Amino acid sequence: MSAETLARPAARRRGGDLAERLGPLGIAAAVVIALITLAALCAPLITSHDPAVGSVIERYQSPGAEHLLGTDQSGRDLLARLLYGARTSLLGAAVVVLLAGGGATLLALVAAWFGRHVDAFLGRVLDLLFAFPNLLLAILAVAVFRTGLAQVTIALAIAYVPYSARVLRSVALRERRLAYVQAAELQGLSGAVVSLRHILPNIAPQILTGAAINFGYAMIDLAALSFLGLGVQPPTADWGLMVSQGKDSLLQGHPQQSMYAGVCIVVAVAAFSVIGERLGGRKAGGRA
Amino acid sequence: MSTTGGNVIEISGLRKEFAVGRGRRRRTVRALDDVSLSVADGSCLAVVGESGSGKTTLARVLVGLERADAGDVVLAGRPVAQRPRRAERRSRARDIQMVFQDPNGSLNRRRTVEAAIREVLAAHHRVTGADARRRVDELLDQVGLRPAHARALPGELSGGQQQRVAIARALAAEPRVLVLDEAVAALDVSVQAQVLNLLAEIRRARRLTYLFITHDLSVVRQVSEEVVVMRQGRIVERGSTSEVLDHPRHPYTVLLRDSAPRPGWRPRLSNGSDLAEVET
Ligand SMILES: Nc1ncnc2c1ncn2[C@@H]1O[C@H](COP(=O)(O)OP(=O)(O)OP(=O)(O)O)[C@@H](O)[C@H]1O
Ligand SMILES: [Mg+2]
Repeated sequence: MSAETLARPAARRRGGDLAERLGPLGIAAAVVIALITLAALCAPLITSHDPAVGSVIERYQSPGAEHLLGTDQSGRDLLARLLYGARTSLLGAAVVVLLAGGGATLLALVAAWFGRHVDAFLGRVLDLLFAFPNLLLAILAVAVFRTGLAQVTIALAIAYVPYSARVLRSVALRERRLAYVQAAELQGLSGAVVSLRHILPNIAPQILTGAAINFGYAMIDLAALSFLGLGVQPPTADWGLMVSQGKDSLLQGHPQQSMYAGVCIVVAVAAFSVIGERLGGRKAGGRA
Repeated sequence: MSTTGGNVIEISGLRKEFAVGRGRRRRTVRALDDVSLSVADGSCLAVVGESGSGKTTLARVLVGLERADAGDVVLAGRPVAQRPRRAERRSRARDIQMVFQDPNGSLNRRRTVEAAIREVLAAHHRVTGADARRRVDELLDQVGLRPAHARALPGELSGGQQQRVAIARALAAEPRVLVLDEAVAALDVSVQAQVLNLLAEIRRARRLTYLFITHDLSVVRQVSEEVVVMRQGRIVERGSTSEVLDHPRHPYTVLLRDSAPRPGWRPRLSNGSDLAEVET
C-alpha cells in the first residue's frame, strides 16, 4: 500500500457514510428535527406572546394576524404554547435519553468487563426492570414521590435502561473478546481505561442508534404522562399537556389545540424513529 | 538480570478446565492437562497441535490473561501469581508480550497505528511526546513499515501489515519473550514467508525468546529448533524439530505429519490406493 492512499482523512469518509446511511428520508427527518429544535430555541424571537398568559375575552380565537394559530380556552396564544411546549417536550425526552443511555452504557461496560458473576447479576437486575411496563414504573414513582417532570423523567429513564443495556451489553461483550481489548488488558491497563478508551468508541454507533429510537419513545411516554396529569403541570406549556387540555375544547368544537400538539408529537416522534431506524439499519418499532 | 543459558520460561503441571454448556448439558473441557515445559533464553519453541488442543489457552495462561486451575509458571526467574493484580500484569508485560491469533481484531479499528504503539510505550516506559514519535517510527521501521503508516487506521492496512503493527506493538514493551499465537496463519503464503523472515530477524537482533504457536508443520521447520506437540491439552511429544518431524514416536504426531498437505501430496482413497491412479 502506498503512502498516498493512507492520507485520506478519516473524518470526511465518516461524514459521507452518515449521509449514505440516513438516505433521503433520514436526511429529511434530520432536517425536521433541526427545525423543531431551532424553533424551540428561538421561541421568543418567533412570537412575542407569553405561553402561560392569556385573557378570557380572547378565548377560542381563530387564526389571525395577532394570533397566527388562534388561542385556547384561556385565550393563550397557541403558536407560543407550541413553541415553548417544544422546549419542555424536547428537553424532557433529551434528559430521559441521556440518563438512560448513560446508565445503560455503564451497565454494559461493567457487565462486559467483569463477565461471569457480575454479568449474570446485572442480567437479573435488568430482567426485573423489564417486568415493569415503562409507564407503570413512572406512575409508581409519582405515587411514591411527587408529580412533576423531574420525577417522571428519572422514572422513565430507569425504565428505559434495560432496553438499551441489553443491546449494548451484547456488543460490548463482543468487543471485550476481541484481541485488541485483550492486548490492552495484557499491558496492565485498568478496566476503566480499557473500557472507556477502547470499548466505548467501538460501541458508540449502537449507543447513538439506541438514543435516537428512545427519543421518540420518551416523547410519547412523557406526553402520555402529561396527558394523565402526572408529568408537566399547568400552566407550563407542553405538547402532551396541550393534547390533554384541548380535550374539553374538542367537545365544544375547537379541536385546534389538541390537533396541533398531536401533529407536533407525531411528526417529531416519527422523525426520531426514522433516524434511529436508519442508523441502526433495522425496522422501526424495534427497540434499541 | 540476564539468565543466559538458563530458562526464561518454566511451566510445570499446568491445568485448566473450562465449563461449557448449561444445565444438564454442562460438562468440562480440559484445555490444559498437566502441561510442563521450559524454554531456554534466546531460543524458539514451537507448539503444534490441532484445533482445540489448548495452544491458545497455554499462551493466555502464560501472559496472565487466563488463570490456571493448578500449576506453576516461572518467568525470567520470577514465579508469577496465578491471579495477577493489575500492577503485576503490567510488570509481567515487560517480560512477555503476545501477538494474537485474530489479525483483524488485534487492533482497535478506531485508533491509529501510532496510538496503538504509543499506548504500550506510555504504559511501560513512560515514553511520551516527541520521544514516543521517534520510537514509533523506529518500531515501524523494524517491522518493515514506513512512517506514513503511523497515521493509518487498521482498516486501511492489509492483513500482513496489520500483523506487522501487532508485532511492533508487542516489541514496544521491549519484552524478553514473545508469544506468537498463529501469527502467520491468516496470511497468504508469500506474506507468510515475509513475516516469518522478519520474525527471525527480530529474534536475532534483539535476542528474544519465542513461543511460536502454530498448527502448520511446514512453518515449524522454518522457525524453530525445538517443538512440542499438544493433543487434547496434553503434551504428547517433544524434542528437536528435525527429530520430531522426521522420526515421530507418538502416533498422533505421525498422524499430524501425514495429514498435512505438502508438495507432492496426493489425495488417497480409504483403501490406500492413489486417487490419481484410480481415475486414470
Ligand atoms: N473461554 C473459554 N470457554 C470455554 N471453553 C474454552 C474457552 N477457551 C478455550 N476453550 C476450550 O478449550 C479447548 C482449547 O482451546 P484453545 O483455544 O486453547 O485451542 P487451540 O489449540 O488454540 O485451537 P485453535 O488452533 O483452533 O486456535 C477447546 O476445546 C476450547 O473449546
Ligand atoms: Mg488458538
